[in-house]
Amino acid sequence: MQKTFRIIDEDGIHARPATALVNTATKFKGTEAYAEAKGKKVTLKSILGVLSLGLEAGDTLTLITEGSEEVEALSALQEVMIKEGLGELHE
Amino acid sequence: MNKISGIAASAGIAVARAFILEHPDYTITKTAVQDAEAEVAKLNDALAKSKAELQVIKERTLAELGEKKAEIFESHLLILDDPELINPVADKIREESVNADYALNEVAGQFIEMFENMKSAYLQERAADMRDVTKRVLNHLLGIHYVSPAEISEEVIVIALDLTPSDTAQLNRKFVKGFTTNIGGRTSHSAIMARSLEIPAVVGTKDILSRVKSGDLIIVDGLNGDVLINPSEAEVAEYTKMQEAYDLQIAEWKKLRDEPTVSADGKHVELAANIGTPNDVNGVIENGGEGVGLYRTEFLYMGRDKLPSEEIQYNAYRTVIENMKGKPVVVRTLDIGGDKELPYLDLPKEMNPFLGFRAIRLCLDRQDIFRTQLRALLRASAHGDLRIMFPMIATLGEFRAARDLLLEEKEKLRGEGHEVSDSIQLGIMVEIPSTAVLADQFAKEVDFFSIGTNDLIQYTMAADRMNERVSYLYQPYNPAILRLIKIVIDAAHAEGKWTGMCGEMAGDSTAIPLLLGLGLDEFSMSATSILPARSQISKLSAADMKELAAKALQMGTAEEVAALVHSINA
Repeated sequence: MQKTFRIIDEDGIHARPATALVNTATKFKGTEAYAEAKGKKVTLKSILGVLSLGLEAGDTLTLITEGSEEVEALSALQEVMIKEGLGELHE
Repeated sequence: MNKISGIAASAGIAVARAFILEHPDYTITKTAVQDAEAEVAKLNDALAKSKAELQVIKERTLAELGEKKAEIFESHLLILDDPELINPVADKIREESVNADYALNEVAGQFIEMFENMKSAYLQERAADMRDVTKRVLNHLLGIHYVSPAEISEEVIVIALDLTPSDTAQLNRKFVKGFTTNIGGRTSHSAIMARSLEIPAVVGTKDILSRVKSGDLIIVDGLNGDVLINPSEAEVAEYTKMQEAYDLQIAEWKKLRDEPTVSADGKHVELAANIGTPNDVNGVIENGGEGVGLYRTEFLYMGRDKLPSEEIQYNAYRTVIENMKGKPVVVRTLDIGGDKELPYLDLPKEMNPFLGFRAIRLCLDRQDIFRTQLRALLRASAHGDLRIMFPMIATLGEFRAARDLLLEEKEKLRGEGHEVSDSIQLGIMVEIPSTAVLADQFAKEVDFFSIGTNDLIQYTMAADRMNERVSYLYQPYNPAILRLIKIVIDAAHAEGKWTGMCGEMAGDSTAIPLLLGLGLDEFSMSATSILPARSQISKLSAADMKELAAKALQMGTAEEVAALVHSINA
């Protein structure tokens, strides 16, 4: 499962939303979650990994989930992206 | 004696218990360990203790300062749980049989470096978070007991040898009622920060650290520059009264916030503020500043490991200019070198740093650095009234060379499609006697002068103001200094240009009558000095002060001049 977003927050992915993403991903124990951007793929369960992507406004970010709760996990992560005003769905 | 005299660095009076702030030694050595598993266990234990600590800090911050301030600790907690950090440290301990503190420091160091090399200024600053978190765990591994300024949660007076920029940035005004440092002067970083935070401070109290222990009752009198250790009840009462009188005075001053600065006989001058970071703009506006008279850009270059990019600089300049909403902002280009070091520039140590390779001299030589700053400034000029000034100009040739580089970059930027203002005023700082003496020639080519009195006095009197044995020669009211100031102001006016002053002298109540009398157009000072200065000027007659200044120019000593000025208040 995966969905791609375009970052709209002027500050890019900063600590607060990154924290929210990591906390959400960590809730789904049996599901792997990844963030992919600029040709780099990191686990979404690591805040340092997410911040290391250096995402800025205008960048695109793909969230990937794999495992038993991949549907639920992806929809929860999407909610964080939208609620935090971080990004919009990129069709 | 329970009273220590220092330098009054930030006005106001505070009474609270002492909090001694000392920086631990984080020297880490690589050691071979026999039992790697025991070392991993030590790491896990230190991580658990750090997390427990952070949890407490986070909850307290949440309750006292709100969600936004607590978020930072939430992300610190996540870092301590981060498999990308913890697993490599444990692996390193096991694979190399090394001590946990060494392994942690190495792995964390890689992350710190990664953040520092990021394009976004925001992410670059995350390196500081990583450092904080690492130190917290190291405290447990190395058995260091350290409480950072951010963790202070009761009303205290902070007492330290000196305060670093990161310490002062963490001071919480709610709990830190005042501070005092062994070293430092009125212009040291911590003093400047204290004024922008509006915390009473006394600096240069020499041996105070050795005379105070945590928990002692302390009075910091930032009005007179005194610190009292374990004062009597009568002394506490006396100072509390002084504080009340000062609060009343402040309330009076605040009424002048949105008023223009006009003398009793109707002469207008402008009162602007000196700032060091974009955050300082709030203080300028709250204190009724009519502009920024000196934006010191050094802080953008300090406290990091490489030169700030054009983008980082542009964002900082633009923020200041936008927040000043059309009021003038005078930005000083990079004033570094000599005694103000930038480790990453690797400049050789000098015998006489104040007479050496610094400021505009360095910028004209290192054009890569200078052009980046000029580009950032020019781009920011599209957002308001930007004025640029070059520091330490000694010859007309230097000014022309700097101006030509600016014009070249302006053309290039326009070629690239950037918007650049057409009306950027270009000025110089007058800090070197040769420039003051030749001001009539400079005045034909510059748009304004800004007199930097700290250096001008030092160079005119040939005395290092930091050297205690000759600091008596730091004499702002010496007639020699006043005559140089007069030459500069008169030369500017003859060409229809304006003169400002951005040294400490501009906010000094003894100097203000003289400067008004000499015809100074703009006074730039610490934001908190603006309202007292406006109040003072409103009571002075510019015509009378002109006579006063004329008398002062004919005097022989600084003491005579000071006595003359004080006689008008008597």
